This record gives sequence, structure tokens and C-alpha cells, in this order.
Amino acid sequence: MSIMIYVPRDSAALALDADAVAQAIRAEAARRNIDVKLVRNGSRGMLWLEPLVEVQTAKGRLAYGPVSPEDVVALFDANFQNGGKHALGLGLTEELTYLKRQERLTFARVGITDPLSLDDYLAHDGYQGLRNALTMQAADIVQLVTESGLRGRGGAAFPTGIKWKTVLNAAAAQKYIVCNADEGDSGTFADRMLMEGDPYVLIEGMTIAALAVGATQGYIYVRSEYPHSISVLNEAIAVARAAGYLGSNILNLGKSFELEVRKAAGAYVCGEETALLESLEGKRGIVRAKPPLPAIAGLFGKPTVINNVISLASVPIILAKGAAFYKDYGMGRSRGTLPFQLAGNIKQGGLIEMAFGITLRELLYDFGGGSASGRPIKAVQVGGPLGTYLPESQWDTPLDYEAYTALWAVLGHGGIVVHDDSADLARLARYAMKFCAIESCGKCTPCRIGATRGVEVMDKIIAGQDTPAQIELLRDLCDTMLNGSMCAMGGMTPYPVLSALNHFPKDFGLVNK
Amino acid sequence: MSLEYNHQQVASIIAAQQSRPGALLPILHDIQDALGFIPPDSVSQIASALNLSRAEVHGVITFYHHFRTTPPAKHTIQICCAEACQSMGAEQLVKHAEQRLAGSKQGECALQPVYCLGLCATSPAVMIGEELHARVTPEKFDRLLKRMGIKP
Repeated sequence: MSIMIYVPRDSAALALDADAVAQAIRAEAARRNIDVKLVRNGSRGMLWLEPLVEVQTAKGRLAYGPVSPEDVVALFDANFQNGGKHALGLGLTEELTYLKRQERLTFARVGITDPLSLDDYLAHDGYQGLRNALTMQAADIVQLVTESGLRGRGGAAFPTGIKWKTVLNAAAAQKYIVCNADEGDSGTFADRMLMEGDPYVLIEGMTIAALAVGATQGYIYVRSEYPHSISVLNEAIAVARAAGYLGSNILNLGKSFELEVRKAAGAYVCGEETALLESLEGKRGIVRAKPPLPAIAGLFGKPTVINNVISLASVPIILAKGAAFYKDYGMGRSRGTLPFQLAGNIKQGGLIEMAFGITLRELLYDFGGGSASGRPIKAVQVGGPLGTYLPESQWDTPLDYEAYTALWAVLGHGGIVVHDDSADLARLARYAMKFCAIESCGKCTPCRIGATRGVEVMDKIIAGQDTPAQIELLRDLCDTMLNGSMCAMGGMTPYPVLSALNHFPKDFGLVNK
Repeated sequence: MSLEYNHQQVASIIAAQQSRPGALLPILHDIQDALGFIPPDSVSQIASALNLSRAEVHGVITFYHHFRTTPPAKHTIQICCAEACQSMGAEQLVKHAEQRLAGSKQGECALQPVYCLGLCATSPAVMIGEELHARVTPEKFDRLLKRMGIKP
């Protein structure tokens, strides 16, 4: 019988030579006449260990990592293919604390299965949610999703079921499901890992959404920086269609849903839902005024569900196991789990799916093991480039939408970027303004002009020119951007800027504050 | 700037895509994938096929960072400059790369910033063409250049 060896095909593993590792394993196995079946799985999310190679044994899957192509001969010498001891050996994958402590619902299969094998997906509870949905009335699906407490995982945290209900109740001959996979936030990679590691769960979630609101066409808008996600999705869609899970007669039950991947073109603002819809229509990604909501007049003016990848990929387990099962995780009005992404200057970065309520300190130290540089952690930005910088005094607040709002912070898409004490928060504040100036769509003045003025003011502050007056100007400018911008691009750029200023005044040349 | 291009090739790309809803972006992607860039003179060809104004097509091409209207360098090196990579030394990496490539031949290497490649837990990250590289130290960067046959 052949030995099963897993080498991830996730972008993070590929960027660390996983293809060369896979090739070396194939070549060395052939040279030694060992019958190996190589599976290219998704990533387990322990990214400091990538490429993480796993071997199937009678006891379970054993992990070795990080493996470089040069390690492969020694691994075979140590008989790793039968669980032999080697310095890179980590023991049973499932027993590693980083994984064992997690509550993986949305990411249940990621890293375990072969992403493109539909058989593997079905063997690991795939398409059970859709099977249930196919026996239900549309309104009952919407009700179930509402009861689960699922809120938009893209960042806005709007209740998914309520959005769907609006689309269900809108009368139209054509409705759309759009998946926002324009994951542009620095420090986030959950969408990417899911699309590359378990594409069928996203396809299933979108199909359920289509049944729930009466849509027949779906689009996945994926950023151009994610070429591997695009190719995995395209392959998975073709397989699902051939097997009758997509198309004009899903599982011979008379329902129709077509799905297509659209490649974005490198504009951060297209992660904003109305700009994304403009882009899908073939136009510049300019933000639309709301109302009308996309649920009423969305893509091509038709009622449209537009949800983030993780929101849609969380739907199948809710349909499979029920609203109560999902709602049982979490705290307050933040129900279920969030895939946190621990990134930046951190020793053990990766994906950590946990119920809401865990604290930043637990993520930084229990999971992350402190900074990568070994220096003290100074500031942590939660929720992407438009998120607040949190100082240590705020690391014990539970990660919960409302608790973070009370801190003038956001969970956003769950990205956590760690900076050690060498970071200069004034420079990071300048960067936030610069990023906004580069990526602003230009429709509204506070964002288009404000960000450019913001960079100039920050330059003066950094140069120490007339600091008190410039700080006053910066606060005034941030006030205008916060209250006058049309969308979160300009409206939230003040979050990193002002939190940096308020919590780290020394970096801005303010000493007696 | 006027750049020669194959009208027939662009015409067949347009013909293959134009019936799709929101066809402009897929068309621009296909043209750039085939030719390496979107020739400025193709704007009127695209506009008339899609019944758009030239201004609309030009507006879309110039709005998106991904599209370019001049032929690409032989190698495009994108270094991620977003926060997670900054926290692991992306700024120093950019400086190092600029120094290394300062003497390279015209049109050989284009160094560009990119804002997030989704490799934020294995930063700093670099994309060369469509090939990803993570945990890129200055030493690793030099090895990559060597592999591409670029003499620093």
C-alpha cells in the first residue's frame, strides 16, 4: 500500500518552496523504490512551520516542518515516511496545541483534505448543508441563518440573515450572489487560505445563498494578487458543475445556479461593496451613494447578496448542524467563530479560528509566542489598514464586535498585525494617510484631498515643525474624514492615525502628554 | 505614445468576451495577458466594440493599478510594503533592492510596491512575475536575483 504524504499547495507554502519540497519527495521516493502518494493539501494555518509536510500513519498524521528541499534526503534516511524520528518532527498534527485549542468550524477541512477532490469534500461532511437547504423553503433558510447570529465577516459585521431577507423580499426577475474575495487588508489571508484550501465550501455556501434568495447567477470577485486562489476556484467550479452541484438542474432537483470567477485589478477600494459592484459591471471602482442598498439595487441594478468569503463559507455548517450549534459559540451579539490571522512581527504567525471572546493577549502570547524579533511588542493593529493600533493596556478586552467598538476599535476581517518596540507609530500613521491617498477612489473630497493633506501634515509632525499646531490640524482633518467620507476608506483612515497619536504621543514628538 | 500592436489579436479577444455582462475588465485582462500591456491605440478599438466612449475605457485602464499601457520589463519584482511586511523589515528590503538593481539594464527589471500579497505571517513577501516568495531577507533577495540571471 502506498504511503500518503501531504505537502501543502497554499500560497504561503508555495512562497517557501513547497513545490520544490514536493518534487524532492517524489524523486527521493522513486530513487528508493518507496510507493508514495503525494497529496497537495491546503495549509493547516501554522504558517511559521511551512512548508509543513505530513505523513499518514496508523496513529494519525505526523507533522514535519519547516521542511526545505535540502531536508528531504535526511527525512527519508530517518524513515520519516513510517513515522521515523527527525529533528523536524513535531508529532501528531492534531495534537499540536496551536491547532488543538482552536474551534474550527469554517476551516474544519482546510489543510486536511485535497482541496480539489470532491470525493474528499463529501467524505468530510461536504454538501450536507446544501442537501438540507434543498428540502427547505427559501424563507426558512434565511430564518436559520438569521437565528445563527452570523454577521458579515468582511468587516462591517452586518447580520447576514437580515441582508438575505431584504434580497428575498425584493421582487425581481434576476438576482445575484456576489462573493467579495477582494481581501486587500494587510495582515489578512483567511479568504485566501479558504479558497485555496477548501473551495467547495465557498461554492456550497453561495449555492445555499442562491436558494435562500432566489438568485441564479453568482460571481466571485477575487483580487489579482491571488493567482492561486483564482485557479483553484476555477477548477473546483468545473468539477462541481460536472458533478451536478452547479448548473441548470442542481442534483436533479430543478434548481439552477451558475457561478463565475472574476479577476479584480489591484484596487483596494474595490473591497468596498458598492465599488466592487461597479468594478464587476466593467467600470472604475467608484463608491456608490447608499441608499439604495445593494440588496435592493445591486449588480446591474438588481437585488444582490454581497458577502465576504468567510461569511458565505460559514453558511454550510450552519445549514448542516443547525443555528443553535453555531450560535453556541461566541459571546454577546458576536456569535460563532472568527478566523483570526496573526501576522507581522510574531514568532508563530498563522490562522487561529476561535469563538469570539478570546483576548488579544492570549492570541499574541499563548498562540503567537511573542514577537519574532524577541523584542517587546509595542502596538497591535487589529482589523486591517483601517483598524486601530492597540497598546498593551487594551490587550485584555475580549475580541467581540461590541467590546471593540467601545474601545474605538474594530475587529474587521480578523487581521492582527504585530509591531515590536522598534516601530515608529508616527511613521505608521503617515503610512495610513499615504495608503488612503494611493487607494482613494476619488469620489468624495474628504478622502481624496484629506489623505493627501494628511501625508503633508504628518511629514511636518515627523520633521518636528510646529508640532502642537500641526497636531491640532491633524485632529481637525481626521474629524472631517471621519464624518464626511462616503465609505470606510476615508471614514476609517483616522482610526489608525488617531489611535497611534492618542496611545503613542511620544512618537509624534509630544512628551508631556 | 504610439505602440504597434496586433489588431486582429485584440479583435478576437474582444469577440470572445464581449457578450459577457461587465465585459470590459475581462477583456483588459486578456489583452494584457496576451500582449503584456494594453496598447493605448487599442482603446478606440475596445470602446467602439463595447459601445463606450474612449474616455470611459481610458478611465478604467488608468483607475486600476494592475493595468499598464507600456510593455513590461523582462522581470517585474513587486515588494509588499503593507503594515505586516513593514513590521518585518520591508522598508530595508526595498532600499536593498533599489541598490542592487540600480545598475541593471534598462527594461530588465521593474521594481514596484504592492500592498498585500496575503503572506502576512511569513513576511516580508515578494512577487516576481506570478511567483511568490516569503520571508525574503536581503540575502534571499540576492539569491533570487542570481537565479533570474541578474547580476547585482
